Amino acid sequence: MGILEVQNVNKRFGGLQALNNVNLNVEQGSVHALIGPNGAGKSTFLNCLIGKLKPDTGSVKFDGSPVLGKKPHEINQLGVSRVFQTPEIFTDLTVFENVMIPCFAHRDGAFKVNAFARVMRDKEIRAQAEHILEDMGMKEKMNAHSGSLSRGDKRRLEMAMCLVQEPKLLLLDEPTAGMARADTNNTIDLLKHIGETRKITKVIIEHDMHVVFSLATTISVLAQGAIIAEGLPDDIKGHPKVREAYLGEAEV
Amino acid sequence: MNVMKDRMTLLIFAAVVLAAPLLFAPTGAAYPDLLQRFAIYGIFAIGFNILFGLTGYLSFGHAAFLGVGSYAAMWMFKLLSMNIIPALILSVIVAGLFSLVIGYISLRRSGIYFSILTLAFAEMSYKLAYSVLTPITNGETGLQLDLADSRIMDAPIAEGTLPSTNLFGFEMKEVFWNPTILGYDLQFNYGFYVCAALLILSFYISMRIFRSPFGLMLRAVKTNQTRLNYTGIASRPYTLAAFVISGMFAGLAGGLLATMDPSVGAERMQWTVGGEVVLMVVLGGSGTLIGPVLGAVFIRYFNSVLSQINEQTLHGWFAFGPDWLTNAMVFIVEPFVGKGWELTLGALFMIVVIFLPGGLVDGAKRIGRKLSGADRRAAKVGIA
Amino acid sequence: MDAILLQLLNGLDKGSAYALIALGLTLIFGTLGVVNFAHGALFMIGAFVAVTFSKLMEISKVVLDPEKVDFLGNPAKIKTPYVIEWFGEFGEWMIDYTIPIAVLLSIPIMIIIGVVMERGLIRLFYNRPHADQILVTFGLAIVLQEIIKISFGSESIPVNVPAAFVGPVDVGAFFGLDFSIFYPYWRLIYIGFSVIVLAAVFSFLRFTTFGMVVRAGMADRETVGLLGINIDKRFTIMFGVAAAVAGLAGAMYAGVNKPVFHMGMDFLVLSFVVVVVGGMGSLPGAVLAGFMLGILEAFASMPLIKDAIAAVGLPSIDQIIIYLVAVIVLLVRPRGLMGKAGVMED
Repeated sequence: MGILEVQNVNKRFGGLQALNNVNLNVEQGSVHALIGPNGAGKSTFLNCLIGKLKPDTGSVKFDGSPVLGKKPHEINQLGVSRVFQTPEIFTDLTVFENVMIPCFAHRDGAFKVNAFARVMRDKEIRAQAEHILEDMGMKEKMNAHSGSLSRGDKRRLEMAMCLVQEPKLLLLDEPTAGMARADTNNTIDLLKHIGETRKITKVIIEHDMHVVFSLATTISVLAQGAIIAEGLPDDIKGHPKVREAYLGEAEV
Repeated sequence: MNVMKDRMTLLIFAAVVLAAPLLFAPTGAAYPDLLQRFAIYGIFAIGFNILFGLTGYLSFGHAAFLGVGSYAAMWMFKLLSMNIIPALILSVIVAGLFSLVIGYISLRRSGIYFSILTLAFAEMSYKLAYSVLTPITNGETGLQLDLADSRIMDAPIAEGTLPSTNLFGFEMKEVFWNPTILGYDLQFNYGFYVCAALLILSFYISMRIFRSPFGLMLRAVKTNQTRLNYTGIASRPYTLAAFVISGMFAGLAGGLLATMDPSVGAERMQWTVGGEVVLMVVLGGSGTLIGPVLGAVFIRYFNSVLSQINEQTLHGWFAFGPDWLTNAMVFIVEPFVGKGWELTLGALFMIVVIFLPGGLVDGAKRIGRKLSGADRRAAKVGIA
Repeated sequence: MDAILLQLLNGLDKGSAYALIALGLTLIFGTLGVVNFAHGALFMIGAFVAVTFSKLMEISKVVLDPEKVDFLGNPAKIKTPYVIEWFGEFGEWMIDYTIPIAVLLSIPIMIIIGVVMERGLIRLFYNRPHADQILVTFGLAIVLQEIIKISFGSESIPVNVPAAFVGPVDVGAFFGLDFSIFYPYWRLIYIGFSVIVLAAVFSFLRFTTFGMVVRAGMADRETVGLLGINIDKRFTIMFGVAAAVAGLAGAMYAGVNKPVFHMGMDFLVLSFVVVVVGGMGSLPGAVLAGFMLGILEAFASMPLIKDAIAAVGLPSIDQIIIYLVAVIVLLVRPRGLMGKAGVMED
């Protein structure tokens, strides 16, 4: 009984079978990596999980309840947070305000007209926000304008925004895409740090094998819309089907 | 951002508004009618800013809510009482309901689609008021007070006279104090102080919304709706709430216009009237607290001052030089004043949009920073 | 039957103006991604090109008549337009054909105005929020409108259509029907003219290399840019073309209704509705919706239908039918009749 259960998901775009009977079972507390060559259907799959796309058939259950057809904010309220390929933050707001928004969402739900409360007098929310910024090493930047942060700091901020909600499941969509080796290593360290302090189940969609093998406890391989292999990192490394799918793409 | 600073801002704002009949005397704008319009359009702009300034949703349809507010108030004057309280309450409620319907439909789309939908709704409301709903709006003629109106709560008045709007017996038009201070003949009337009190209240409400978690969410909508949705916030109810709040402010402004002059025509609902409030908010500084009020006063003031300048006035101004220079100056300036003042407004608006997206408030801040030599990078424009 | 045909003509007549303006709006929107609130003003300027040209034609040499006196006893004046004095019969022909000549003149004038607008103003706004683009073009629309108001006054100004096309003409007889439908000649010309302009624009986009690149650019700007094609320059020209279409429509329209400074704003709202109903970014959609809404409006104002609506106790809706239909279409098909997914949905 996993925290995320995906059964027989199919998605077709015109003549292209983007997802072909995908089954996936993510265990509580695991770091489950989903890898695959370009065009394998990783993004389509992720978009089906978070409510951006609706699969043609199949079911997705999170923590026992079905999530298909739910809107992104409803899925988030169930306890799923998402980190994007390029950090999505509120660039017009300060770092502190950025982190307070998920705090409010976590405490007050998807919609609340509290037009006469004062943000800055909400001690509970302030404490939560300050705490997570401290944990992520961004406390001294809390009054900075988030649009002016470096890319690495933006990624850090986005992680903080996801973590402060104490999600049950964290989805990471190529968190190191386009990063230099040093930044990639920093991100790996950050994710390891998160793993040490919090028991959050993670699903990582990733291209970079270095990242995958540094973090994952389980790996599923997606190729041409179907899962072709699943197992522990060591099993996947030598799997013949995986080698075939990746032939000429990267060392496995 | 702290509470003390906000209280100071509010106090200063209230003091300036209450002293307006005195403060505006040297500018020639201190007659009750114009001051009242300053306050009313200030309320209209404050409300519009809660939608556009915070969420970035640009509505061209707010004239409809202004008009609906006026019609609602007029019906209260006709049926119930000339007391402005029930009239204003009904205008806010009706405008709120109306904006709920229009907002619900328009907010199914965002960006450009939203703007065009609101534009279409404004034009539809105008056409409705102009022709289809003639029994309610009295069509082209407009809605006026009538001797035959019932006014069930009011005591009968002298035969053949129309009553005037009042607040528990204090007539809106009545000038209660008419002193001469520093050589200026001043007029203090009840109508202005009713509007002024409501303007201060509106300013206070808008300030609280700006500082609230609700306001924070609205600003987040403007910045990144994707992130907001994936953070567990349903953005549409927030934008709808902002839309309805701004619609209610517009309704209040419409009601107040009717208390000033109890008659209303369909032209108050034309989309260009809604365009004017866009001009006010953008010119003053959208997303700032004081900007919309400044913009409203600025446009109303110049509407009444610049539009009255004629050739003689100009000849008076430029009489200092030789004749040919005077004539040349008059020739250059004339298209921009008098009937041409709207050209000045349009040009000024374009300049602000192109070079000063933060409006006059941003401009003042930039000048202030230049003068004080503060670090420009540090002082990133935030919420005033 | 004749009543229905008459309304059909009325609808085509209204619809052709909507379609031409909406086509230009869509061209600009599809290529540059900008919603041009000043497009109505371009239509209005087109009409005032015709006004200006007719005023120029009217400039006359005045001589005193030695023989006649007016009722005050002063010698009467004889006015001879200079064009007649200079060119004789050809001058008379020029005065008569003011509008067609103005239409031809408006092409280069409007292309220049369009290109200047794009290079000087719109270009600054490609990377700014859509709201800013709307605001600045809205400001421009006000400025252009006010300039025209100051220069030409706030009254509407008549422009004569060629004598050969004045008055009504029997359409029924023309099509060999056994009943008569009388319709203003110039309005019929206007419908035909619109169809020709629409066909020209579509074939230009369809059959020229230039049009192909522009269409490709509308579909995927980045990729075309990667091919080493200077797409920006072509888009500038496209803006000029869109302005010219609006100007042509306006100059020709000067013979249908008397031009007045606020005609652009009047048409603007309706043409936006047309664009949205047709589906933003879809050229055929804009044309289809333009004619469709025009015909719908015409039929809604038909006495027969008005009576029928009144009979079931509904208020008359001919004034708002377009908006009503627009709202319904957008609720049922949010992308409009022929809109593509993902256009301006951020």
